[in-house]
Amino acid sequence: MSVEWYLVVSALVFSIGAGGILVRRNPLVILLCLELMLNAGNLALVAFARAHGNQDGQIFALIVMVVAACEVAIGLGLIVAIYRRKLPIDVDELRELQG
Amino acid sequence: MAEVFFFLASIGALAGAIGTVTLRNPFYTVLALVCHLLSLAALFLLLRAEFLAAAQVIVYAGAVMVLYLFVVAYVGGGEDPIRAAGSPGLRWASALFAGALFVELAIAVLGTGLSALGEEGAGFFPGFGTPAEIGRLLLTEFLLAFEIASVLLLVAAVGAVVLARRRTGLEDAREISVADLLRAGDRSGLPGGEAGTMLEAEGPPNR
Repeated sequence: MSVEWYLVVSALVFSIGAGGILVRRNPLVILLCLELMLNAGNLALVAFARAHGNQDGQIFALIVMVVAACEVAIGLGLIVAIYRRKLPIDVDELRELQG
Repeated sequence: MAEVFFFLASIGALAGAIGTVTLRNPFYTVLALVCHLLSLAALFLLLRAEFLAAAQVIVYAGAVMVLYLFVVAYVGGGEDPIRAAGSPGLRWASALFAGALFVELAIAVLGTGLSALGEEGAGFFPGFGTPAEIGRLLLTEFLLAFEIASVLLLVAAVGAVVLARRRTGLEDAREISVADLLRAGDRSGLPGGEAGTMLEAEGPPNR
């Protein structure tokens, strides 16, 4: 399989994730769609690492996984905090910062 | 043979992605993402990234998704299926944007001048992508990134605990401070008014 195929799959997953972030309103699902986009980026990184025969891209993908795990921990902490304050779990309702 | 596995894994990955976006129940959404992540691990294996595939299954599909499931169960998202975006016009615009993004990325990938992308990939040595090689790289060439990642994980863990700790608001007098803990853990140290709350259910605040 040529590397292009993997990159096309990665682009497809990235677009699906981006559309999901725009469509969904539950912050939990938005975080999941963010994971989708990060994973699409990971797939592209690993595909490029394979194309070049160099493992640096795999290290990059590993670090992206670490950052994604941190983002999940903070995001879920925020959602739990929102839930504890009895606020609606809906990004359209949470607009205190909109001014 | 690799083609068969590639198409199976990419169909699984795309189905998982579409399920993540379209399923109404957050619980099923998380399960669809698990399916997506497992398929992605298969794609990683096809790309000779053995250690990454294992880490994907263990860390992502295992640990992170369990965290998601716990939060979905805690918040109770399964009871009321969430709605899609308010107006149908906005939904169509979002779908249009996603399609335009894909066309753009596909043009960038397929119209690139990088001729190496059309091939199987460069030659690789026998240990390519194995835990030994990745570990060697992490501890020699990328030591700084490795250490920064560890500090980042520590900060994120502390931040998550601080964010999700038990409180109802900043102005709430029931918030437990360090001074309360120093007061020998006696029950009278806490102001009243927590009857029937989780604060009471937990017992004396001598954690």
